[in-house]
Amino acid sequence: MNITQPHSQPADRRENRSPRRPWSPYLVGALIGVLSWITFAGMGKALGTSTTMVHVAGLATGVVAPDHVAENAYYSKYLNADAGKNAFNWQFFLVIGLAGGALIAARLFKDTHVETVPALWSKRFGPGKAKRYAAAFAGGVLLLFGARMAGGCTSGHGISGGLQLAVSSWMFFVAMFVSGVAAAFLMFGKERNHVVH
Amino acid sequence: MWSIDPILTVIAGLITGLVFGFLLQRAHVTRYSVILGQFLFRDFTVLKVMLTAIVVGGLGIWTMVSVGMLEPGQMHIKSAYVAPVILGGLIFGVGMAVLGYCPGTGVAALGDGSRHVIPGILGMIVGAAAFAELTPAMDSLLKAGELTVHGSNKITIADAAGVSPWWIMAAVTAVAAIVFYVIERWERRDDKSPPKHTDAGDRPTSTDADSAAAHGS
Repeated sequence: MNITQPHSQPADRRENRSPRRPWSPYLVGALIGVLSWITFAGMGKALGTSTTMVHVAGLATGVVAPDHVAENAYYSKYLNADAGKNAFNWQFFLVIGLAGGALIAARLFKDTHVETVPALWSKRFGPGKAKRYAAAFAGGVLLLFGARMAGGCTSGHGISGGLQLAVSSWMFFVAMFVSGVAAAFLMFGKERNHVVH
Repeated sequence: MWSIDPILTVIAGLITGLVFGFLLQRAHVTRYSVILGQFLFRDFTVLKVMLTAIVVGGLGIWTMVSVGMLEPGQMHIKSAYVAPVILGGLIFGVGMAVLGYCPGTGVAALGDGSRHVIPGILGMIVGAAAFAELTPAMDSLLKAGELTVHGSNKITIADAAGVSPWWIMAAVTAVAAIVFYVIERWERRDDKSPPKHTDAGDRPTSTDADSAAAHGS
């Protein structure tokens, strides 16, 4: 196996003893579960991410059209200092911490994975940067539009909602998994044996 | 509009995010190939992380509810409107397959070195803005298919089934254990087929221990 793709198959994981080797997904999952105990009981919060994108969108729109944001019913649900809804809230800083925490882990374990165009994408759609960036942008638009329509994303619905056994969250989990699999097979069905890490 | 939470809340959020991002990176779910690998059934890291988090998190949270440490009012259950949740989930899945990240792992991927997630995050902000602008036009859709139990739409599967949440937690735990067992067996069979390196003496046993712990064999 190629040394540049040390994590591609479970077999490689066993042979690769470097610190770059990922932790057991069961260990990480369990620790995220414990983290959710702390946020629920200690902070009165549930892990979530996508609402923060509404905050950023509202703040960005507010730079050019503050009145428009104030009049928008959806933004007003989340950005209303009078009602204690602060733009820079607990979850906003959680999202900043997400990038910081991953950066610390990547540096600490000498495991930074600089990626401009993923190998799988390149195999199917070519190595062009503009094409990949345009697709990533479009994917991001769909991702947040869907998340806000459903009322949460993989963390808020998937993990926090899943562990609370919420009906809405389990419906979301199944729907997003089914469409994710369908979309991935439509795009990469023929290339699926070339998933390299 | 540019208001901020109390400093302790800010610090709590930041620390939570740092730990969360650290963990996501350590599982490599901050990687495009791991997310796409899940959707293509070539890598089951995402499912393992999520299901374990749900089981461990759920066992703790419901224990806290049972002993009165958490009041029912301290739960964060989202409203059950079937139409927007399903449609939103379907749109989300396509976005996740195209971008290769979800919002949380995407932001974490920024710290892990991903460059193409940057236009992806800009897209997320535009997607959120588009949703905010289009909300009035989608009013009926966003309220379609409401499910209620005793007049509330913030319902759990246990509420809907009229049983104790512990029955549902037991079922979720059992299903997760079976799923993990099947995945581990399947992955191990994959391992054995191509005879690559044969340095068996140098083989670390931690993966074996991990997987054994997961299905208790």
